[in-house]
Amino acid sequence: MGRIVIIGLNHRTAPVEIRERLAFPSEAIGHALRGLLERESLKEGVILSTCNRVEICALASQGFEGTAEAKEFMAAYHGIPLGELNGYLYHYEGDEAVKHLFRVGSSLDSMVLGEPQILGQVKDAYGYAAEFRTIGPILDKFFAKTFSVAKRVRTETKVASSAVSVSYAAVELARKIFGDLSDKNVLLIGAGEMCELAARHLISAGVKGIMVTNRTFERAVKLAEEFGGIPIRFEEISVHLKRADIVLSSTGAPHFIIQRQDVDEVIRIRKNRPMFFIDMAVPRDIDPDANQVDNVYVYDIDDLNNVIETNLEERQSEALKAEEIVTEEVRSFRRWLDAQQATPTIITLRRKYEEVKNAEVVKALSAFGADDPKMRKVVESLASSLLNKILHAPISSLKKDADGRNQMDLVAMVREIFDLPEASERTGTGDADENGETPQE
Amino acid sequence: MHISLLKVTTFFYLAGAILYLYFIVTLKERGARLGRMALLIGVILHAAGFALRYATAGYTPVTNLFESLSFFALSIACVFLVVEIRYNMRTLGAFVAPLAFVFSIFSAFLPGEIAELAPALNSYWLPVHVLLLFVGDAVFAVAFGAGIMYLLQEKQVKQKKMGAIFKRLPSLDVLDDINYRCLTIGFPLLTMGIITGSIWAEYAWGSYWSWDPKETWSLITWLLYAALLHGRLTVGWRGRKAAILAIVGFCAVLFTFLGVNLLLPGLHSYSSLSR
Repeated sequence: MGRIVIIGLNHRTAPVEIRERLAFPSEAIGHALRGLLERESLKEGVILSTCNRVEICALASQGFEGTAEAKEFMAAYHGIPLGELNGYLYHYEGDEAVKHLFRVGSSLDSMVLGEPQILGQVKDAYGYAAEFRTIGPILDKFFAKTFSVAKRVRTETKVASSAVSVSYAAVELARKIFGDLSDKNVLLIGAGEMCELAARHLISAGVKGIMVTNRTFERAVKLAEEFGGIPIRFEEISVHLKRADIVLSSTGAPHFIIQRQDVDEVIRIRKNRPMFFIDMAVPRDIDPDANQVDNVYVYDIDDLNNVIETNLEERQSEALKAEEIVTEEVRSFRRWLDAQQATPTIITLRRKYEEVKNAEVVKALSAFGADDPKMRKVVESLASSLLNKILHAPISSLKKDADGRNQMDLVAMVREIFDLPEASERTGTGDADENGETPQE
Repeated sequence: MHISLLKVTTFFYLAGAILYLYFIVTLKERGARLGRMALLIGVILHAAGFALRYATAGYTPVTNLFESLSFFALSIACVFLVVEIRYNMRTLGAFVAPLAFVFSIFSAFLPGEIAELAPALNSYWLPVHVLLLFVGDAVFAVAFGAGIMYLLQEKQVKQKKMGAIFKRLPSLDVLDDINYRCLTIGFPLLTMGIITGSIWAEYAWGSYWSWDPKETWSLITWLLYAALLHGRLTVGWRGRKAAILAIVGFCAVLFTFLGVNLLLPGLHSYSSLSR
C-alpha cells in the first residue's frame, strides 16, 4: 500500500533565488499535480508552494523509492538539472515524513516560529490536490490529521500566543491598555513603513477612526485616502492630539515633535483618558519622559523590540511542548496507517473470531456437562473448520495484493463489516477528534 | 446543623481560591471552571445555612462577629460570582476568592452558638441596615481585587516588562471599568446603610449620630469613596489613582468592620471577640 514521502526545500536549505525558481505558481498547480502523478511510482500527491518553502508530498507505490521520482519530477518540471538541485533538497519517508508535515502545519518549521499563515497555505495545497483529484484516502487522512495536530498545538501550547512583529506587538499593547479598540482614534504622524503596517493592523483590529498627518499635506491626504482616514495639517497636531487615543509616529525630525509638556496638557484636557504613544522614529519623535505621566504610555522602537524578544523566547520554550504533541500524534497516525494494511487486519480478524470460537466451544461443552475428551475434540474441530471455511474467502481476498487503492478500500470494508477496532493499542489520545477539524479556536 | 453548614463552606471557598490561583498560574481553563463551581456550591450551602440559622434564631443572623464574618464571606463570594459571570473575568477569582476564604475561616474559628438577641438589636432595621452595608462592602472588596490587578498590570505596561502577569491579567480599561462600576453600586449601598443606621440609632439610642467609633470610621470610609467618586466624575480621576483609592477605601472598610469591633469599644460592640 505504499509509503508517504516528502521532498522539498525551505528557507533554511535554499536561498531565495533557488526557492523562487522552484515555486509552483497557483495557476499552474493543477498541471503540475497531474504531471506528478504521471510518474509510475506515485499514487497520490500534494504540492505545497509558499515563499519560504516548496514541498511535494506523495504516496509512493509498494516497492518504489518515491523520493527519487519526486525529486526528478521537481527538477524536470522546472527544467533544472537534478544535480544542481540536490544540495538544496531534503527528503523524508514514512514516520519522518509524517512528523515533518505535522511540524510544518503546526508552524514549528517556520522562519518565524508559530506564525499563523502556514496552516492556511497547507490547507490551500490540500484544496488544490482535492480539486484536481490527486489526493487519495491515505493523504486525505494525513492532511486532515495535520490540521487537527496544528489545532492541538495552537490550543494546548502558547507557541503562537504573543506577537513577534513590531506592528503586532503595538496592537497587542493597545489591547492591553484599552481593551476594546472600537471607540478609539489613531493619529498617524509621518509615514514610516512599520508605522503604516501598525496602522493597518490597528484598522483591522477595528479602531474607530484614523487621522493622518505629514510634513507635506498632499502626502497626508494621499495616505488618509488609503486608510479611509482624515488628513490633518502637520502644524495642527497639537489641536488634534486630544482626540487621539493611539499615536503612531515616525518622522524624520531631528528633535522631539511631542514634548512632555504637550502630553501633560493634553492628558488634562482629556480628563486622564489614557493615551498610547508608539514612537517608531529614530531619532525619536516623542519625549520618552512623557511615559512618566499617569495614564500615558510611550513605547519606542527599542521597547517594542524588547517585547518581541521576550515573546520569541517564550515561543521557543513552548515549541518543546509542541514537539511532544507532534511525536505523540505521529505514533497515533502510525497506528491508523498500520490498520490500513492487509496483514494486521488479517491478524485482528483471526484473533477476534478465534476468541468467539473458543467462547462458544466452552459454552457448548458445559451444556453437555460431562467432560468427555472425545466429545471435546469433535466440538473443537467442528468449530475450527467452520471458522476457517467462513474466514477463508475474506482472508484470501485481503491477501491478494491487488493494486493499492482497491486494496485499501477492501481493508476498510473488511474492518467495517467485521467491526474490527482501528488500532490494536489504543491510548485514547488524539484518536477521538481526528476528523473534528474545525478551524475555530 | 446550620453551624456546621456555615463552617463547611470554608472548604469550598478554599477550593475556589486554590482553583482560581491554579488557573492564573497555569492558564488551564478547567481550573477556572471548577473554581467557579466550588464557589457556587459554597454560596448555595452558605445561603442554606444562613436561612436555617434565620429560621432557628428567629432574627437575621448578623448580630455577632461569627455571623457577620460569615455573612461577609457569603456576600463577597456572591458579588464576585456576579462580576465574574457578567465580565467573564476569571483572573479576578485569584484575587477575590481568597478574601471570601479568609473571612470564612476567621468566622469558622469563632463559636457559632446562637445567643440571645440584645434587645437593642431586635428591630426591623437590623437586616436592612446590616445587609445594605455588607453587600456594599462586598462590592468594595471586588473593587479592591480589581485595584490590585490594575496596579500590577499598570506596572507591567509602564515599565515595559511583559512578563507572565501581563499575559494573564485583563486590559487596564476593563479593570478600571470594574473599579468605576463597583463604586457606583457600592457607594449608594454604603450611603443607604449609614442613613438607615442613623435612623435606627434615633429609635434605639435616641440620637441620629453619636460619634461612636463605628460611626466615625463609617464616615471616614464614606468620605474616601465620596472623594473617589467625585474625583472620577469631575476631574477624571482614573487608572492608578482610582485603583489606589479603591484599595485604601477597602482598608478603611475593613477597619470599620473589624478594627473597630476588636479594638475600639463603643455602642456598636455587639460583635467584638469578647462576646
